[in-house]
This record gives sequence, structure tokens and C-alpha cells, in this order.
Amino acid sequence: MDIPDIAITLLKVVITVNVVLLHVAYAVWCERKVIGHMQARLGPMVVGPHGLLQPIADFVKLFFKEDVIPTNADKPVFFIAPVIGVIAALSSLAVIPLWENFSIANLNIGILYILALSSVGAYGIILAGWASNSKYAFLGGLRSSAQVISYEIAMGLSLVGVMMLAGSANLSDIVNAQAKYPFILVQPIAFFVFLMSVIAETNRPPFDLPEAEAELVAGYFSEYSGMRFGLFFMAEYAAMFVMSAMVVVCFLGGWNGPEFWIFSHVPKIVWFLLKVYGLMFLYFWLRATLPRYRYDQLMGIGWKIFIPLALANIVITGIIKLL
Amino acid sequence: MEDIQEGKDIKATTTPDIASEEMVLNLGPQHPATHGVLKLVLKLDGETVTKCTPYIGYLHRGMEKLSEHRTYFQIIPLTDRLDYISAMSNNTGYCIAVEKLFGIEAPERAQFIRTIAAEMSRILSHLLWLGTHALDIGAMTVFLYCFREREKFLDLFERLCGARLTVSYLRIGGVRNDTEQKWLEDLYDLTEEFPARIAQYETLIDQNRIWLQRTKGIGVISAEDAINMGLSGPVLRGSGVAYDIRKFMPYAAYDKVQWEVPIGKNGDVYDRYRVRMEELRQSNSIIRQCIEKIPAGAIMADAPKFVLPSKDDVLTDIEHLIHHFVLITKGTQAAPEGEVYVATEAPKGELGFYIVSNGEGKPYRLRIRTPSFVHISALPKLCEGALLADVVANIGSIDIVLGECDR
Amino acid sequence: MLPQIFFAYFAVVITVLSILVITRKNPVHSVIWMLVLFVHIAALYIFLNAEFLAAIQIIVYAGAILVLFLFVIMLLNLKKEEQERKFHGYWPLGVLAGTFFIVFFILILSKISVFPKLGPYSIQAIQSEGSIMTIGKVLYTDYILPFEIASIVLLVAIIGAVVLAKKRIE
Repeated sequence: MDIPDIAITLLKVVITVNVVLLHVAYAVWCERKVIGHMQARLGPMVVGPHGLLQPIADFVKLFFKEDVIPTNADKPVFFIAPVIGVIAALSSLAVIPLWENFSIANLNIGILYILALSSVGAYGIILAGWASNSKYAFLGGLRSSAQVISYEIAMGLSLVGVMMLAGSANLSDIVNAQAKYPFILVQPIAFFVFLMSVIAETNRPPFDLPEAEAELVAGYFSEYSGMRFGLFFMAEYAAMFVMSAMVVVCFLGGWNGPEFWIFSHVPKIVWFLLKVYGLMFLYFWLRATLPRYRYDQLMGIGWKIFIPLALANIVITGIIKLL
Repeated sequence: MEDIQEGKDIKATTTPDIASEEMVLNLGPQHPATHGVLKLVLKLDGETVTKCTPYIGYLHRGMEKLSEHRTYFQIIPLTDRLDYISAMSNNTGYCIAVEKLFGIEAPERAQFIRTIAAEMSRILSHLLWLGTHALDIGAMTVFLYCFREREKFLDLFERLCGARLTVSYLRIGGVRNDTEQKWLEDLYDLTEEFPARIAQYETLIDQNRIWLQRTKGIGVISAEDAINMGLSGPVLRGSGVAYDIRKFMPYAAYDKVQWEVPIGKNGDVYDRYRVRMEELRQSNSIIRQCIEKIPAGAIMADAPKFVLPSKDDVLTDIEHLIHHFVLITKGTQAAPEGEVYVATEAPKGELGFYIVSNGEGKPYRLRIRTPSFVHISALPKLCEGALLADVVANIGSIDIVLGECDR
Repeated sequence: MLPQIFFAYFAVVITVLSILVITRKNPVHSVIWMLVLFVHIAALYIFLNAEFLAAIQIIVYAGAILVLFLFVIMLLNLKKEEQERKFHGYWPLGVLAGTFFIVFFILILSKISVFPKLGPYSIQAIQSEGSIMTIGKVLYTDYILPFEIASIVLLVAIIGAVVLAKKRIE
């Protein structure tokens, strides 16, 4: 790798991280707006027109808030826990192909890289729960560790079908393999399992047990305040973005869009982002609509429904491929 | 992963030298799901609750003792603060009890207004219950929908008596002021659209798979247990006992309207939910019938020894002014000696006022039998052996208000 | 030059991390150092052009096994654990085993030439096919027997876990 290469990569990093962080900030705004309108209210309206500057106001507020550390908390672990989450979520972006030939690192093991980082991201939650020296946070951490292990399996297995069809674990190759039709048409079971596992993996409703406010107050980040709390928030939304992007890449055809009339002139990234926005909307929609699962029910679904479904999907895909 | 719930059995099979401790979790008094300042000390084995001990009294204001130093009129504002969600029902219960002691009766128009107000407060209470219960189980949208309708009913309260929460609208022997015809018409309009709103809440959760899984078979109370524990109201009816004081010992105008007592079958969280949803419809229908049948006439009983003279008289006539002054400062001087207990069907269950009078202007002793106090005593039975998330569902389903429990 | 520097960094850090893992009093801290250690080992795999192994290293070790460790450790009463002395009683045994392994490894390493004869799987061969496909082909042809034996061992372990869990429910 020579100097120009490094410079180009750095530029790509800057572009991707900025695009995603902007999305993260406005995803929070969008969520509040969408859920607000679903709940017969307006959402943020005060800061800026239609509350558009709300994310900035929130950021400033979080940044200047007092950083409270509970007594007897394990300080070093307490400090690094939110950072782990953010790092894991943001480094996942490295392999996401935003449009044709644009990804920071075109890894051959893109899918595995994302799976690996999402499992590392769970450490942020588990360690936060443990280091806070609070029972609610602790229970949240325990729930999270169990949840992440269970749903990671379903998630990985559901992607095997996609890898079999594309013949590669490289995300760009997977998108290219969907040039004719998106894999959701041929892998509906895998799509369903992956989508649900992704929601569980990002701790979003109806699977938001580690932070179930009714029982655990705020779960693993009960004791966090100020910017550290903000980091957890950022990690959650960045993870949502990454995982939505994964669904788009693996099942919805990535940057591919319809190729007729004026649609063929639309830049590829627009298609990609539109699909991601659709999935983000689904996240918000589910949050506004569904109650929360109970812990044992969540585990039951993961192990008794999703994993067998994903396994069956692999077998079926294999048989069809052989024929 | 199942190990967490089956922690109990792990303990039995692991070697004895590995000490296993239960985790003690303080749920409350500051906690988003304990509906006020209830404190539950839970012993957790993994996520399974092995022991549940409620601690009450964080909201104790000594109402019963306070009442011994207040005239009968002055106790009405205290009753507002019992179950502050349904102040009208508490007013009704107290006023009827005192009227029974005094041997007077409110005129018929006042009885109808009381019924309307009490049923409105039942709707308000059930709406708040539905919203918070759903929120506890994770469905946040229902909460805001419920508050949308609550707002309309509260606006009507404000138009009726100037207050939304602590209304103090009822008076011994009647009600504070008459309603306008316009108010009744607006309320009627609201009752016309309200059943559609109930259906709207139900579309969100009634058939929802997750909601059913979280509520069916959770926190089961058999009919026998429910009676033995002294449970009342929707909790008792959810267990299949068709006991409603409004039907069995009708007060106000309940014997002049047609309605049904909804009951459940299994006595679980879901049945209690169903019963309350049905009660919303019944209350709505009671209000409509009352508006249709409400007669014209006086709103205060004609019993000068017990009842305050009207404000117009007080401001224009010296005799009435003196009479008013004496009644307010010393209380009624004609209260008979004796004891009286009157139970009414408050939104949360049987609300009873037991008054001992020694003939003074103040009660010698006032005891309030509140449903929440009794219902909290059922919590350990409901929660032990359940999971942590079920504790929250159970607290929601017995619908407690700590202001009423601690008094 | 750059690769050597990187390798030196990883080698030193891995050694330091390993020592940190076993000397921490608080087991959770040990686990965190172990997590960092796994990441560094994964980086070494990437140096060897074994991307697949690197990813699996993180997914399996960091993502599953270490989380389970953490899960168990978190349930322990760490306050008591921290007060106890480490390596109590067993250290002579440990030194003995350690010396044995060092001698063992030196003996093995002395037999290996630094520039061995290259096998069929050169870097170019792997890169043209992708490391997943290469490993898959080798596993299902040359090493089918050990692979199947490993699967059966794992299957036995799974059945064992199910049996244990069933017993508890009854």
C-alpha cells in the first residue's frame, strides 16, 4: 500500500463515518418524529423548524452534562464499555459497500467480519452492566449476554443460504449476484430470520430486554449519564444502520435499483439509502406498535424457532442448488 | 440459556461447596413500573422471583387521623387524594356514607349527576390503568392514545367543577353545582365516539401475539383465593366472581340504568384486562343512559341541619350567613351518634367508609377500606415463582394507587 | 521492514497480554485482557493471509466462548474472589508443566526449518480461490476423517448438554 492508496482509504473513512454519524443523529430525530406521529402527537417541534436542530441540541446537552460515576463502580471498565460499543458499530462500516466499488475495505470475509464485530459490540453492554455496580444494570448485562449468543447463531446461520447462492462471503460479490433479482425472493425464510435476529441483536423492541424500562429501569445503562450515555445511544443507532445495511446488501439487492425509464439514471447510493431508510422505519414502526417479549419467551423463539428455521433453510438451499 | 430461569434446580444439582446466593432486588420506591411509591423487595434466583415482600407507607399522610379533626365537609378534599385518579368516585363513596349516617338523601338529579361523574372517573381510571399497564408490558402507543381520550374527559371535568384532578365536586346531600345542558350534550357526543376509541386500543394489543403471551396464564388467581384474600372490583371479577356493589347494593342512580357485569374466566392478567376493557364500554353506556334519563330538579337535599345553604342566600341574607358560618366552623350539630359502613364500587374495587360518630361535628373515627391496600397483599402470591417481567405485569393488572393504599 | 515491525508489535503485545490475563486479581479484568488478546491473535492470522480463521477466531472465541466465561464470572461473588491469593499451592506444579512445555516446544521448533518447502497452498493459490473455499475443499477431501470425528465429538457434547438440561427440568 503506497501513500495515495492510504490517502484514498482515509478519505473513504471520513466520508463513510460522516455520512453514518449524520444518519445516526437524524435517525434519532426521525424516530421521535415517526413515533410521535404514530402516537397522535408531534414529536420534537421547538428547536429549529419541526425540531430539525434537536439532535444538535441533544448532543450539546449530553456533552456538557455531569458525568456521574456510581460508587464502587469498576472505573476503567465503566469508562471503556461504551467505547467498545461505538468502536464495534463504527468499524463494521468498513466493509459495507455503499455503492458500486465503494467500500473502505473490500474484504473476502465481509459477512464474517460484520458478525465478528457485532459479537464484540455485545461486550460493551455486558461490561457496562457489570461495571455499574447496580443490580438493574447487572440484570440487563446478563440478559444481553444470553440474548446476543443465542441470536448470533440464528443470524449467522440465516446468512449461510445467501453465501451459498452468491458463492462468496464478500459483500460486493453478494450484491453483484443480486443484479437480476434480490435474494429476498429466493430466501424468504432466511430474510425473516435474519431480520428478526438483527432486531434482537441491536436490542430494539420488541426484543429490547437488556434495557427493558418497565422492569430494569434502563437496563445496562441505568447508571450512565452525560456523554457516556450518549455513546451508548450512538452505538445503538449506528448498529441499527449497519444491520439495516446488512439486510439491504444480503437480501434486498444492495445498491441495485430498477433499470428502466428514468430510474436507471438515479445514483446507486440513493437506492441503497432508500432501502436502509425503509428498514430503519420498520425499526421505529415496531417500537411504536409491539409490546415487549419476556426473557424466556425471547430465548424460546431464538432457539426453538429461528435456529431450526435457519438450519432448514440451509438444507433446502443446498438441495435446490444440487438439483 | 434456560439456566437463568431454572436456577433453582441448578442449586440442587451443583456440588454443595459452591455457595449459591439469591439476589435481593429493591424494586421501588422509585421505579418506573411500581405506579407510585410501592417498594417490593424481591429475592431473585436468576430471573425467577422466589420471594416478594411489599413495603407500603411511603405515601402515608395520616388521612384517617386527620379526619378526626375536621368537620364532615372538610373531609371531602381529603378523599380526593385517596385514589387521585378517580377523585369523583371517592367523593361519591364518602358522601353517601355520611348521608347514610345523617339519614338524608340527595335529590334525584344529584344522584344522576353523581353517577355520571363516578362513571367518568371510572373511565379515566381505567384509561390510565390501560395506558400504564400496556407501557409496562412494552406497548407504548396505547399509553398516548389513552391519554388523548383522558384529556377530553378531564376537560369536561374542568368545565363541570373547575378542577381536573382533585375535584371535590360532591357535597354531603348533593353536588356542588348543577350541570349545564350544553355540558351534558358535549359529554353525550363524547360517549358516542368513545366505543370506537376503545376498539382502537384493542386493535393494538387485544390480538397481539406478544401481548397474549405476556398476559395469558400469568398471575392466576382462582375465584376462591380471590374471595379469601378480600379482593374486589375488576380483579375479583376477572377471576369469574360476578360481584359488583353497583348491582348488589345499588347506590346513586345505578338501579335506574341497564348494564352488565363483565366477568373473566381464568383469573389471569389477560382476563383482568378484558374485564376492564368491557367495563369501559359499560361505563360509557351507563353515562349515556344517565344523560338520557336525567330529571330536572334540585341538586342539594333539603336538610338545613346538615347541608350548606346556597351561596346566593349566604351573600344576601344574614340568617343564612350565620347558619353557613356555624356549619363551616363547628360542623353540623345534629349528627346522630352511631356507626355506619358504606361500600361503593370505586374503579379499583370496593371502597368502604366506616364512620363512628359521637354526635359531634366531626367523625370520632373514620376508617377507609381501600381496594389497593387489599390488592397489594395479593402481590406476593401472584409474583412468587414468576419471572421478573411478570412482576411488572402483575402490578399493572391489580391496578393499585399508592395514595389510596397508604392513605 | 513494515511487516517485521508489525509482527514484533503483535508478538510482544500478545505475550504481555497473556501475562496480564493470568495475573489480574479480578476475573472480569482477565476476561477483558483476553478479549484484546484474541483480537491480536486474529490480527496474526490476517498476516498469514488466513482471513477466514481470523474472523472465526473472533466470532467463536470472543463472540461465544468468552461471553460465556463472562456470563459465569459475573455471577460469582468477586469481592471474595479478589481477596483470595492467586496461584495458591499449585505454583510448583505450574512451573514444572511450564518448563516441560518450553523444552518440548524448543525441541519441536529446532526440527523445523525456517524456509520449508512450500505446499500447494501458496498465497496466490489461496487468494485466487478465497480462503473459505480453500479451507472447505481441504476439509472435505484430505481431512474428511478428522473433520467427521470432530463433528461427532461435538454432536456428543450437544446431546450431553441436552440430557443434562432435561434432567434438571425433571
